[in-house]
Amino acid sequence: MLKINNLHASVEDKAILKGINLEVKPGEVHAIMGPNGSGKSTLSSVIAGKEEYEVTDGEIFFDQENIEELSAEERAHKGIFLSFQYPVEIPGVSVTNFMKTAINETRKAKGLEDMPANEMLKLIREKSELLEIDRKFLSRSLNEGFSGGEKKRNEIFQMAMLEPKLAILDETDSGLDIDALRIVANGVNKLKSKDNAVVVITHYQRLLDYIVPDFVHVLYNGRIVKSGGKELAHELEEKGYDWIKEEINS
Amino acid sequence: MDLKEKLVSSFMAFENRIDVDAPVHQIRNEAIKIFETTGFPSKKDEAWKYTSLNSILKQDYSVFPKQEHALEFSDVKPYFIHDIDAYKIIFIDGKYSSHLSQTTHDGIDACLMSSALTKPKYRLVIENYFNKAASKDGLTSLNTAFANEGAYIHIPKNKVVEKPIQIIHFSTGKEAALMLQPRNLIVVGENSHVQIIERHQSLTDHPVLTNSVTEIFASKRAIVDYYKIQNDNQNASLIDNTFVSQKQESHCSVHTFSFGGKLTRNNLNFFQNGERIDSTLNGITIIGDKQHVDHNTLVHHIEPNCESHQDYKGIFADNSTGVFNGKVIVNKEAQKTNAFQSNNNILLSDKATINSKPQLEIFADDVKCSHGCTIGQLDESAMFYLRSRGIPQKEAKALLMYAFSNNVLDSVKIPEVKTRINKLIATKLGVNLGFDL
Repeated sequence: MLKINNLHASVEDKAILKGINLEVKPGEVHAIMGPNGSGKSTLSSVIAGKEEYEVTDGEIFFDQENIEELSAEERAHKGIFLSFQYPVEIPGVSVTNFMKTAINETRKAKGLEDMPANEMLKLIREKSELLEIDRKFLSRSLNEGFSGGEKKRNEIFQMAMLEPKLAILDETDSGLDIDALRIVANGVNKLKSKDNAVVVITHYQRLLDYIVPDFVHVLYNGRIVKSGGKELAHELEEKGYDWIKEEINS
Repeated sequence: MDLKEKLVSSFMAFENRIDVDAPVHQIRNEAIKIFETTGFPSKKDEAWKYTSLNSILKQDYSVFPKQEHALEFSDVKPYFIHDIDAYKIIFIDGKYSSHLSQTTHDGIDACLMSSALTKPKYRLVIENYFNKAASKDGLTSLNTAFANEGAYIHIPKNKVVEKPIQIIHFSTGKEAALMLQPRNLIVVGENSHVQIIERHQSLTDHPVLTNSVTEIFASKRAIVDYYKIQNDNQNASLIDNTFVSQKQESHCSVHTFSFGGKLTRNNLNFFQNGERIDSTLNGITIIGDKQHVDHNTLVHHIEPNCESHQDYKGIFADNSTGVFNGKVIVNKEAQKTNAFQSNNNILLSDKATINSKPQLEIFADDVKCSHGCTIGQLDESAMFYLRSRGIPQKEAKALLMYAFSNNVLDSVKIPEVKTRINKLIATKLGVNLGFDL
């Protein structure tokens, strides 16, 4: 589904990703861990198509298609979803209207008619229940005045609405208390199927107790320096990142 | 003959033609003298530093329309807020259109300036209010000299006017170029409440220059909400001179929505003649091409314990230019004044310009006055957020611009006006988002 070959990317001429190789197949859950400044958020932004990042070498394939030239919205239309670490506040646009626009623009790109209003309402009801989201919440302005937990829950609600093939969760666990973490993880797990895939980007092992990864990768200094199974996450939690840094540097 | 000479030499003919006995005769004669001395403002005047009238004054305007023109409602319906019941005072090429209007004398007067200036029963109100708030600058004086037609609204005390009043000035383009000088007088009695919507609309691309003067008097505890919809054609220019004189505990608001026109200048002046007055001046400007919109506001705090709120948002694309010049004067006596002013702008192109200049003159020592001005571009990370959800660039931009200006609409009290403004914004931004913004 996602295949990244030797990816190099920089922002304002500063090289951040220095040769990433990663393959994600349908049905898999991958976790990308690593210390601050290792390039985790850059990797997710580059996959989602943020224009400030320049790909200087390598390729990203999504469903066998090189997506380098595609805009962020075109990648979204193909089924790539990024749950933001810092979702943006949009005053005056309700969560519901925002989702209507996002869904219908995606349908339009696929040559489909707008989703009928009653179908939309049903979908919104169904998915908001999954994330234990109150109806009142949906008429509030997008992310405006939301708590950290509400913002993250809202991100996963959007994911549930858009049903992406590939979901990248960028530090979705940061700022979540244990209840919110459970709700968010539960939402992600219920949306998982053999046809879609999840990439979880996180500092901590905590979220991985709930969303159990098939593969764990350690990103350090712009490269994936170690990959393993879920036990690698436990090892990192116990020992920190220093032993990996030492391994690399020696 | 330039426009000034033409206007001055036309004055006698105008004055001989109508109501020479009226009490306003002397006011008009004095006004034409002021205009003759001061003329049109130039860029040498500090208040006109960023707005030049030169190019629009070069046209050979017809000063008096030669004949009356008719319009059918179906042809101009889109320019009305037609989904609500309203009084209507409608003019076509400066002449009153009884066909399109719905005036009233039932409990309130919502009728014509031409009647008010000539009929004895209005004489007292005219004597007490006409030209009493208007300033004596060249443009206002020019309008005063030619003051003849416009809306006359008189609400007696203790009257809540249930329906809004719409004032629309149409120009048909039957004259090659037309200059209009509408004059409105609005007098609102104690405890009374009225909502007014004003629009100037040309129906062709012929050049039109409107030099409008509106005087609003709000008595004790009166509430006046005034909405100006400025979305005219590309060759229409508007100089709007509005003077609001408030008595104690009155609440007046003026919302100005500027999306169209070639050149628009809003001279909006509030005078607080009493205590515990509240004044609101809000505006949204969204322009492109070579359009120019200039907001020149004045709030004069004269007495203690009053508030004023100014919030102007501007979005400028292409080669458009904007000006915000907001002056707040707080007299020595006006202690405990709360005056807020904010002007935020987004420039969408390298060639768009905004000149923003707050001016605070504070002579009292126990006041809260704040002002803030920002000029920026659209937030790139917000754009990425929206686009990553599948919303294309154009629609994402529109959503962000809407989010930027949206709070100004919160204080619009007529839902249909809010809906209309949202539609105009969506049209202006060229998007259809599948829901009403």
